[in-house]
Amino acid sequence: MRYEKPQTVAEAARLLTGEKGLSRILAGGTDVLVQLKAGLVEPDLVVDIKALPGVRSIVAEAGGFRIGAAVSNAQLGEDKAVRALWPGVVEAANLIGSTQVQGRATMVGNLCNASPAADAVPALVAAGAVARVAGPGAARDVPVEKIPTGPGKTKLKRGEFITSIFLPARPPRSADAYLRFIPRTEMDIAVASAAVSLTLDEDGRIAAARVALGAVAPTVLLVEAAAKAILGSRLEDPALEALAAACSAAASPIDDKRGTVEFRKDVVGVLAKRAARIAYTRAGGQS
Amino acid sequence: MSAITVSTTVNGDAVDFICQPDESLLDALRGRLGLTGAKEGCGTGDCGACSVTVNGRLVCSCLMLAAEAEGAEIGTVEGIAKGNALHPLQQSFLDHAGLQCGVCTPGILVAAKALLDRNPDPTDEEVRYWLAGNLCRCTGYDKIIRAVQSAAAQMRSA
Amino acid sequence: MALDSHGKREFKQIGTRVARPDGIDKVTGRALYGADMSAPGMLVGRILRSPHAHARILRIDTSEAEAIPGVKAVVTGADFSIPDDAALADISVNVMARTKALYDGHAVAAVAATSAQAAKAALKAIKVEYEVLPHVTDVDAAMAPDAPVVQKGRSLESVPAGMGANVTHHCEFGHGDLEAGFARADKIVERSFKTAATHQGYIEPHACLATMNGDGRADLWCCTQGQYMVRTVCAGVLGIEASQLRVTASEIGGGFGGKTTVFIEPVALMLAKKSGKPVKIVMTRDEVFKATGPTVSTSIDVKIGMTKAGRITAGAATLRYSGGAFPNTTVDMGAQAAFAAYDLDAVRTVGWNILTNRPKESAYRAPGAPQAIYAVESVVDELCLALNLDPLDVRILNAARKGTKSSYGPTFDDIGLLATLEAAKAHPHYNTPLKPGQSRGVSCGFWFNFGGNTCVSLNINTDGTVGVTEGNPDIGGSRASISLMAAEELGVPYDKVRTIIADTASLGYNDVTDGSRVTFAVGLATIKAARDAIKKMCGRVAKIWGIDEDAVEWRDGAAHPAGPNAGKFPPMTLEEIAAISFETGGPIAGHYEVNADGAGVSFGVHLCDLEVDKETGQTTILRYTVFQDAGKAVHPDYVEGQMQGGAVQGIGWALNEEYIYGADGRLLNAGFLDYRIPVASDLPKIDTQILEIPNPGHPYGVRGVGETGIVPPLAAVSNAVSRAIDVRMHELPMSPPRVLKAIKAARG
Repeated sequence: MRYEKPQTVAEAARLLTGEKGLSRILAGGTDVLVQLKAGLVEPDLVVDIKALPGVRSIVAEAGGFRIGAAVSNAQLGEDKAVRALWPGVVEAANLIGSTQVQGRATMVGNLCNASPAADAVPALVAAGAVARVAGPGAARDVPVEKIPTGPGKTKLKRGEFITSIFLPARPPRSADAYLRFIPRTEMDIAVASAAVSLTLDEDGRIAAARVALGAVAPTVLLVEAAAKAILGSRLEDPALEALAAACSAAASPIDDKRGTVEFRKDVVGVLAKRAARIAYTRAGGQS
Repeated sequence: MSAITVSTTVNGDAVDFICQPDESLLDALRGRLGLTGAKEGCGTGDCGACSVTVNGRLVCSCLMLAAEAEGAEIGTVEGIAKGNALHPLQQSFLDHAGLQCGVCTPGILVAAKALLDRNPDPTDEEVRYWLAGNLCRCTGYDKIIRAVQSAAAQMRSA
Repeated sequence: MALDSHGKREFKQIGTRVARPDGIDKVTGRALYGADMSAPGMLVGRILRSPHAHARILRIDTSEAEAIPGVKAVVTGADFSIPDDAALADISVNVMARTKALYDGHAVAAVAATSAQAAKAALKAIKVEYEVLPHVTDVDAAMAPDAPVVQKGRSLESVPAGMGANVTHHCEFGHGDLEAGFARADKIVERSFKTAATHQGYIEPHACLATMNGDGRADLWCCTQGQYMVRTVCAGVLGIEASQLRVTASEIGGGFGGKTTVFIEPVALMLAKKSGKPVKIVMTRDEVFKATGPTVSTSIDVKIGMTKAGRITAGAATLRYSGGAFPNTTVDMGAQAAFAAYDLDAVRTVGWNILTNRPKESAYRAPGAPQAIYAVESVVDELCLALNLDPLDVRILNAARKGTKSSYGPTFDDIGLLATLEAAKAHPHYNTPLKPGQSRGVSCGFWFNFGGNTCVSLNINTDGTVGVTEGNPDIGGSRASISLMAAEELGVPYDKVRTIIADTASLGYNDVTDGSRVTFAVGLATIKAARDAIKKMCGRVAKIWGIDEDAVEWRDGAAHPAGPNAGKFPPMTLEEIAAISFETGGPIAGHYEVNADGAGVSFGVHLCDLEVDKETGQTTILRYTVFQDAGKAVHPDYVEGQMQGGAVQGIGWALNEEYIYGADGRLLNAGFLDYRIPVASDLPKIDTQILEIPNPGHPYGVRGVGETGIVPPLAAVSNAVSRAIDVRMHELPMSPPRVLKAIKAARG
């Protein structure tokens, strides 16, 4: 295994495309090092992207924020402005692992690890976040939900990597929230999760919504039927029940050591309801 | 695999070491530098026994390549006391029986110090969540929380 | 050795919360644990493990591994002979498989190399040809007559004919007429329970450093609960003499019973022998889960009859335990402990041990008892609910007490159960009303405690300080407690005493640190060794004063004339006697060797308040209080620590901890990510109340306190959850999917 720490995007792309064997990109490393330790991957090349320009900063852009690929979740959590605009995204990112893991883990890493249970991803999908993909060619912007294609798999081509994630501007009376279910209070992988992002009209009715679910399908699900279930509502009980039902119906989870199909289908609906209530309150809604 | 030379600062002292590209910072601290205070309890970031600070940020040294430490400032449990003068947290862990077997203690002390450096007056709940990544199997955490809070109170009044 | 009879002893130092002698090393990172030792030129040892739950090993080809640069030794089962002793033979086969791999993770080969990279490459280069065999991991399935046979011909004579081949042991305990007892009951409840295997979960993985010279002399540094046990077992497995192997116990990063046997030590010694170099083996966490000590997994039936007034008329239980692929008799302890808290006219327990394709069971804190008592205490709780009785009143009414013929035979002497129950009843916790949605669970717990072989040496230094040498690894502050007892007995300040833990060449044999025996037995031996030294010091003084030895008595750290008839002499302090010891006959030391009995059983009662999220099945513990009889708390901090630590391990067992096997018999959660031990944010404060009902078998009244604390939480939590959701839970752990399923099933 070689370890390289390129100083430019072009150099990183060159290293990655030039490697004949297996390569891995290293930002926070909290997934990569676990895989190395377990012998799950034995890369010939590890490219540390933390020296690339801009990857360690959070920059305001077009009313939203551009989050560099090497921004740790701890650093993200300390950014009051991002937290104010996208509280659900930040709380999702901040739920990953321990305080120690927070000091290293990144949202981009969480996305590229492509676990269906990744905490940040449902929140990013609900937020309509966009990933900037660099590589041998020109940079391109790709909606976050298009990146993972299945457990451990992404759409990124050989030599490509993500340099930042863009969180867009928000209309007034907007907010998001993320909830996951874990057996303990910390340190677990989500058994099911739900992110809700919504915008209210002046009457406190939901004018726009996006609902994304984690750990209930091979990739994070963006569930339009769930969003529709609460559109126009003030989150009255029938709307919440319809939301939960839509989420449970959309879920196609598996039985595994962390939970059963039945449990995941039930709980993902519960989480969506609860997340919707939080987002609604954050957006200024009175329920 | 060819070895990499790393120049870094550990507990305030400049240190150079060589390491393999796939070697963790924990292995380098323990195996190359003889700093065996940080422990490997899991190697996967789930137990916190290997906690150190890197440029002031609390991390698991098992989840970081040693090569990444180039130019960084590393803080380990060995650097918490000043000579024979214990840090208030260390003294508090002794006074409140905050350890039994003691193998998680180095990681917990590093983590607790990182907390109090940021938040000198945490609630019990904040301490418990901050330390959730530091597993202790002996104490049930009760006396650990008391020890951290007692040290925090003492540091605030100092 | 009986409780000191000279009235109620006024202790000067026992019961104080002194600083532990190993404390500074442990808060500064200086303390050396198993993996922290190095030797010049040492090699990295690694073990190759079976990926199959059950497979015949047809062939192992190590030639490619041996050819890798840096690889200095490769060993397989062929390098080890099988000892005659059955227990040693099982350990030998467990540390290195011979003809069959018996569980996922069973060691099949090992390498020693100059670097971790070379060792890793060597493991990959070893070719093992397996014939995969049918496997069984569930205890009930393994008991069936047509189950895959884990090991043939291992049934003990106690097993009646006609049982399945995996049934290796059978036991029965009890007394009285069950039928008559049940006939007297107003209400009978009969239920079946299952408990998952759990792991001790010590944070320090097993680690050792071995050297073996050409002349056969060997040294071993390792983290263990008993260096003498390691010596006996390794010498037996390797066929060397005990005197040739010196074992030094490192600081130990948790054991809880899981370090009372060996896993890697004989392998490291064999690699050291073959390579002629020091070899260090450190287990990965994955190896710890796959190949070291889980508890038994169990399936238990309990039947209890009760009168309307709450008196238990009869109790019966059948316990089916599996300790993995090797025979064991842990079920004896479960069958004995199940009803120990109750004074019963009619009680009977039957135990079975069954082999499964799981790792060999190791002891875990009160081994066998938590599962059995969980089942019994669950049924008692169900009866209390059905008969509308207070669960503490019922336990007080039925509590075993002095003179009770215990459910397992012996008649109890002074025991603390009633006092503990009454303390719980009077405690603010029990008298705080529950808020809506909250519930409260109660359970008793019990452990036998143990004494055992113990040897202590106590040296009076010429400057008046004291060195105590004992032979039990300190897993929770025992050096402080032992120093306290030496200081108390000698009448010198605590900080004048230093207690160290000897290697196997420096002190006589000591049993492992288990059975909550150390504070009791090593404490007892230390007090006796101090008395031996005192006798010698009084003898020296008698000579100086020219009076009879009997005319000198020891008081407050000094020799005094025993009375006015003895003559008028100013007292001589220990320091003064020590200073002139070279002129009065030479160095002064006390010794004591004993196979201690009279350990004194221990009871505890736990109260647990919690709430259950009825939409997700998640349980939150809100308040928890532990009541336990310590006999005499030598160092109250460490007694509380044992109570709290045991309680939280039990809470983990109740809620989330379990070995999860796939259909292929492979362990699915061999890591702290998915083997979920409690984290700090999962828990409230764990309050404690120490009761002190002196143990008649110890001079200061000490009882072991280490194990009882893990017993009550299983039922205390289960009873509270069952009350919270109005459904009786019968299986551990009560993970959220299981609880939610129970809630939904009850709703229909």
